[in-house]
Order: sequence, then structure tokens, then C-alpha cells
Amino acid sequence: MSESATHALTGRLGLDSLAFLHEPILLWTFIPVVLLGVGLVALVSYLRLWGWLWREWFTSVDHKKIGIMYMILGIVMLLRGFADAVMMRLQQAWAFGASQGYLDAHHYDQIFTAHGTIMIFFVAIPLVTGFVNYVMPLQIGARDVAFPFLNSLSLWLTVAGALLVMVSLFVGEFSRAGWLNYVPVANLANSPDTGPDYYLWALQIAGIGTTLSAINMVTTVIRMRAPGMTLMKMPVFTWTALCSNVLAIAIFPALTAAFALLLLDRYIGTNFFTNDLGGNPMMYWNLVWLWGHPEVYVLVLPVFGIYSEVTSTFCGKRLFGYSSMVYATVVITILSYLVWLHHFFTMGSGASVNSFFGIATMVIAIPTGAKIFNWLFTMYRGRIRFDLPMMWVVAFMLTFVVGGMTGVLLAVPPADFVLHNSLFLVAHFHNVIIGGVVFGLFAGMYYWFPKAFGFRLEPFWGKVTFWGWVVGYWVAWTPIYIVGLMGTTRRVRHFDDPELRIWFVIAGIGALIILVGILAFVVQIAVSIWNRRALRDATGDPWDGRTLEWSTPSPPPFYNFAFTPIVHDQDAWYDMKQRGATRPTSGFLPIHMPRNTGAGVVLAGIALVLGFAMIWYIWWLAAVAFAGLLTVAIGHTFNYHRDGFVAPDEVARIEAAAMETPR
Amino acid sequence: MTAPADDLPAAPAFYEVEAHGTTHSGGGTLLGFWIYLMSDALIFAALFATFGVLSSSFAGGPTPGELFDLRVVAANTAVLLVSALTCGLAMIALQAGKLAAVRWWLIITALLGAAFVGIELVEFRELVAEGATPQRSGYLSAFFTLVGTHGLHVTFGVVWIVVMLVQLGQRGLHAENRRRLLCLAMFWHFLDVIWIGVFTFVYLMGVLRWS
Repeated sequence: MSESATHALTGRLGLDSLAFLHEPILLWTFIPVVLLGVGLVALVSYLRLWGWLWREWFTSVDHKKIGIMYMILGIVMLLRGFADAVMMRLQQAWAFGASQGYLDAHHYDQIFTAHGTIMIFFVAIPLVTGFVNYVMPLQIGARDVAFPFLNSLSLWLTVAGALLVMVSLFVGEFSRAGWLNYVPVANLANSPDTGPDYYLWALQIAGIGTTLSAINMVTTVIRMRAPGMTLMKMPVFTWTALCSNVLAIAIFPALTAAFALLLLDRYIGTNFFTNDLGGNPMMYWNLVWLWGHPEVYVLVLPVFGIYSEVTSTFCGKRLFGYSSMVYATVVITILSYLVWLHHFFTMGSGASVNSFFGIATMVIAIPTGAKIFNWLFTMYRGRIRFDLPMMWVVAFMLTFVVGGMTGVLLAVPPADFVLHNSLFLVAHFHNVIIGGVVFGLFAGMYYWFPKAFGFRLEPFWGKVTFWGWVVGYWVAWTPIYIVGLMGTTRRVRHFDDPELRIWFVIAGIGALIILVGILAFVVQIAVSIWNRRALRDATGDPWDGRTLEWSTPSPPPFYNFAFTPIVHDQDAWYDMKQRGATRPTSGFLPIHMPRNTGAGVVLAGIALVLGFAMIWYIWWLAAVAFAGLLTVAIGHTFNYHRDGFVAPDEVARIEAAAMETPR
Repeated sequence: MTAPADDLPAAPAFYEVEAHGTTHSGGGTLLGFWIYLMSDALIFAALFATFGVLSSSFAGGPTPGELFDLRVVAANTAVLLVSALTCGLAMIALQAGKLAAVRWWLIITALLGAAFVGIELVEFRELVAEGATPQRSGYLSAFFTLVGTHGLHVTFGVVWIVVMLVQLGQRGLHAENRRRLLCLAMFWHFLDVIWIGVFTFVYLMGVLRWS
């Protein structure tokens, strides 16, 4: 076949694109991944579970199953992102003086880019979205979200984005331009390879999913609350979920636009972010950080909600300062939109502009501080039970406050001119994201796991996980603060000054301690599944909870509530328990529920093909995929049978089974 | 769990035990669609802001005064605004339950939309023929992207109307179809609002400033 014919058929994809064939490290990653994948497929086939997976999970529009699948995606991608982190720590502890370490610059740059991209877009976002999906509808007494099909589509688009990033590990290159794919490095002139294209297509596809999910969640909170639940009677987690998703709707369009413009630059040669013919690279930085800073709050607000629920439950008290908590959340939502420029004070926008953004940034510490005091006052004179979720709350408060303070320090423009692009900054944001978001996600996982699966997680390995993460965090990041303060810059793969080495060795040890925590978590899940009968919770309310999700059996039936609860108090379920409300056990009515559909998986699968074809310039395949996308999407609108009724005797049967003592 | 406290009033109802309509009302769809439109408006806001930043980045290339014939743009604006009127008439017919009238007004709306996109494409072709391509300058990149994104939306709207006509033929003014028609109308009027911005900031002010 002639060269042009091959090119028409496979674009720029060729045998030499299969990076793992020439790179020993990649080959040794590729082999276990393939073995694991083949093993998994073989196991599922052997157990004949494909039909079950398809019917019960892939095509499910149940918000609880979708939430669980988001969590699984987040945990799997956490393992990938953490592997990148360990590789960086190893390289930085190794590459001093004459030693060049084991990674060349080309790979090191891809690894730090992939680490950041994966940890934010495919770990933090799916885990937070997973919690919102699972918990929020239960907390507001709803039977599903406003748009169940859209919810399924959102999940699978996120999965498609994650798959594209994983494919880039073995086929072609990933971006080397940092976690936000900065220009001018990501411009076509400087990165003619597939790296930035993988980045852009993966994140555009996943980003559409996130935007649709946010629209869905906001509509759900506004329209589907149980009778009696006024806005100021909503649980704090629901409030934070609402604010977080409103914020996501406000910021993701900026990211979508920025990525679309960069795609135009790279594919048809426009001049938005180029250095010539009138382009302006700093415009890209403004647009992506207009998304990027609020995104931190999109992630952390629901996690603040988790801390609020856990603190109140495990102190046996109503949350201190409910309304101040709500106002603080709303104020943070608004302020977070007005601070993006602090990511590039050094751009040269002048003293007045920098002062505005510096002060706006510092002001965020006020509502955040109010929240910390509210949690402390909730604990004050409470009967604190130090179960695993509460341990994470305490660790969070001690760790996060330090990150908050270094954040205020960085918000001072003159200080930022010194610390800009240093490892001090890197230590700061890991301090708030690990100490804030990750710790809270663990608190939430331990708190709601019994609700989702009907048994608790085994506490011993949970404590190993806890101490591994907390101690590991401090050992890993304190040295980075120190070298950062000394002036070490970020994204550096080799150092000359041997005096710095000890700090990087300590940081590497810290990463290994965190690794112990992560492995203990995997062990904990396995041990808990093994011992699930002993750990079983038959009550549906193992922690003496206060909000409506604890009023259903664990795991909840697919319709959540046989009878919609009526809310009279902020802590609705606590109020019901106090006043002796009991679930009716007869007189069931037909329940209106959505039907499962495979359209979400199919659309996301085609989007994945479209992304891959565009990345490799396989134009015919891209055209086919685009046509397919349109056809399936339009075809789906001809499906008018999207819901049905669950018959009362079916409801009675399910309710009776949930009441039975466990086998 | 503690026993019910004495000082609390008699327990009110805690569960809805009587049937009352369906929980999935159409209102959720309309609200969700509004929120989608707002997020789409923000994409346009980002494109407008980009256009603003690059509005004088001609890089030695052509300026608005040399590029645009305001008479053509004004005519095209009129086409789009008339289509908004016909779309509104379709909604009035929908309220009156007149299926045939709904379909006719929708057909006229789609034809006007297609005419709008056609005139825009002719304009683009002439610009490219003069060498004013999207690659020529930052200004032209921003111009083609902003106007083109609006044009793509109108194209999508025309496709939606065609699909809607088929579904109206199959099921008439089914509750689901009514809801979709309301969303379609919101979408179409949203595109009008965006176009007013495009016409004002891109064409009128561009030509005023740079002729």
C-alpha cells in the first residue's frame, strides 16, 4: 500500500506510535495492564456476568448505581495517578549531580502532566460527583434525579475521557504542557505530537459529562425535594452540592471554550493563543484559570458538606450555626469566581488589578474560617464518637488549616512574586487538596459505605489507611514546603545542589507511607467484603444518623422511598426518630420510575471513537463516528417509553424482604 | 433511640401515603433546559470576551470596515428576526392546539433559519476568497469562531425542527412533544438574543470603529 493510502486509512497512527514497544518502562507497565485486563475479561466471561453487568449496571439510570460507578472510576484512577506520583518522587530523590535518574525529560514532563490531569479530572471530580449522585437524592427524599438518562450519559462520557487518557499511556504521547495544558508549550509549533490532542479530546468529552451532570443535579435539588423541605431545611451536604453544581455550570463553559479555541489553533491553524499574527497566549491562561480556581471550590464545597454531616452525626448534636454554614457556602461560591488572576500575578497586570485579586483571595479565608469554627463548636460539649469518619474530620481540620494559611500567604502579591512557580506553591495546593478534599472523601466513604452496601467497612485496616495517609501526607509534603521556601522551582527533573537531596528522600519516604495507606484501603475493602456477614448492618441507620438517607433500608431499594417522607425539621430523620415516626408497611401505591437504557453507554463509546480518530487524524473514522453520534442521539429522542410504574405488590414484596432479618 | 419526648406537639404526618399526581413533571425539563441555555450563554460570553481581546489584532490584515457589507448583514438579521416571529406564531398555535398550524409555522421557521445559514456561508466564502481566512489574524480567528459557533447553533436548530416535524407527524401534540416544542422555542429565541449581540458588537461597532 502506498504511503498516502496508509495515511488516509490510519492517519498519523502507525507501528511507531505504539510507544510501549520501544520503552522498557512502558513495556513493563503494559504487560501487567494487559494481563490484568485479560484476566478480568476472562473472569467476567467465566462467571457469565456480562449480561448482568449490562442490565444491572451499564444501562442503569439509578442514581445510586451511577454514583457507585463514579466512585469505582475515581478509585481506579487514583491508583494510576498515585503511580505517577511515586515515579516523580523516585526520580527527584534519585536525579542529583551526576545521576540523571531513570526518567528522561520527555517522560518526566508527561508524568507530571498526567498526574495532575488524572487526579483532578478523573479522581477528584468522579469521587465528588459520585457522592453527590448517591447521597443528595436520598437526602432530599427523592426517588431519582431530574434527568435519569442524562445522568447515565454523564457518567459514561466521564469514563470515555478517562479511557482516552489511559490509551495515551501506550499509544502515542500524552501532553507535556502541565495539568492545564498551557500554551505556548501546547501550541502546535511546540508540541506537534498527539500529547495535547489526547488531553484536549479527553477533557472535552469528560467536561461535557460534568456540565450535563451539574445541570441535572441543580434541577434535582430545586425541583424534587420532599414536601416540607424548604431551602433552609435542606441538609448541609445538599446545600454544598447545590452550590458546587451551580458553580460548575458557571465555569465549565469557560474551559470548554478555551479548549475549543486551542483545538482550532491546533487543527485548522487559527491564531488565538499563538505568538504571532495577533494571538495572545495569556488569554488561554485567563480562560482556563477562570475555570480552574472555582473548580477547587466545586470539589471542596461538597466535601465541606461531608464534614458537616459527619461532625453533626458523630457528636450527636445539631450542626452549630446551620444558617452561617449555608451563607458561608454561598459566599465562597461567589468569591471563588473573583480570584482567578492570583494564579498569575506575575503576568504584569499592574498593582491595582493584583491588589483586587489578592484581597479577594484573602477574603475567602473568612467564610472558610467560619466553617471551621462551626465544626469546632459542634464538637464542643458533644458526645464525640471517634469512629473512622470522625477521625478523618479531625485530621482534616489540623491539616487543612495549615494549607489555608499558606494560601493566604501566597495571596499576597509581593510574596507571590517570590514563591510563584515554586515547590512551596505545589506543597500548598497538595496541602488543601489532600488535607481538604481527599481526607473528606475518605470520611464520606466510611460514613456512607454501610448505606450503599448494607455492611460496614472493617475498622482495623481502616485505621492503617488513616494513619498511612495522615502521617504519609506530613512526611511527604513538609520537606516540599521547606525546599519551596528555599526557592526550588516546580516541574524540575534533575537537581545540582546535593544539599537539597535529603528533603526529596524524606518526601519519597512520605509517598511510600501514603502507599501503605492506599494498599491498606484496598485490603480493607477485600477483607470487609469477605466478612460482610459479620459486618452487616440490618438497621439502615448504623451511626444514629440525622438526615433522610438513613431512614431507608441499606442498601436502599431502587425506588429509595416506598412512601415519600414529609419533612418538618433540618435534621429530618432525627426529628422522625424523636417523635416516633414509623415507616408504613402496607397500603403501597404504584411508583413512577425511569426505565434503563443503553443509549448513554453507546453514545459515550462513539464519542470515544470520535476522540481517538480526531487525535490520530483518521478523518474517515471521525466522520463515521460523528454521523453515528448524531444518529444515535436523534434515534434516542424517538424512544417515548422511558418510564413506567412499579406495581404495589412488587413494592410490598421488596419492602418485606428489606425488613427480614439478614441471613 | 430515645422515647418520644413529652413536650413535643402531637406527631404530624411523616409520610405521603396518598396518591397525588406524578412526581416527574415537565417543569423539571423546562428548568433544566433554561440552565443549559445559561451555560451555553456562558460559552458565547467566553467567545465574546475572546473577540473583545482580539478585536484589533489585525496583524496587518483586513479590518472590519474593509470586510463587511452591512446591507447584507442587516438583511440576514431581518431573516433571523422574522424566523423568531414565525417561531412565536408556532407557539401560539401550540397553545390553541392547532397541529397543522404548528407544523406550517415550524416549516417556515426552519426555511428562514436555513436561509440565514446559507447567506452566512456565502459571506464566509467571499471573505475567504479575498484572503480574509480564519488563519490570517487573531481578529479573523475570533470573528469566524464567534459567528460560526452561532451559525452552527442555528444549523442544529434547523435539524431539531426537522426531527420535531417528524415526531409531530407520528404523535401529534403529545405531552412530551409539547414540552420539546417549548424547549425548541426557547433555544430559537436564545439564538436571536445572541445574534443581536453579534450584530451589534461584531458588525456595527466593528465597522463604526474601523472604517
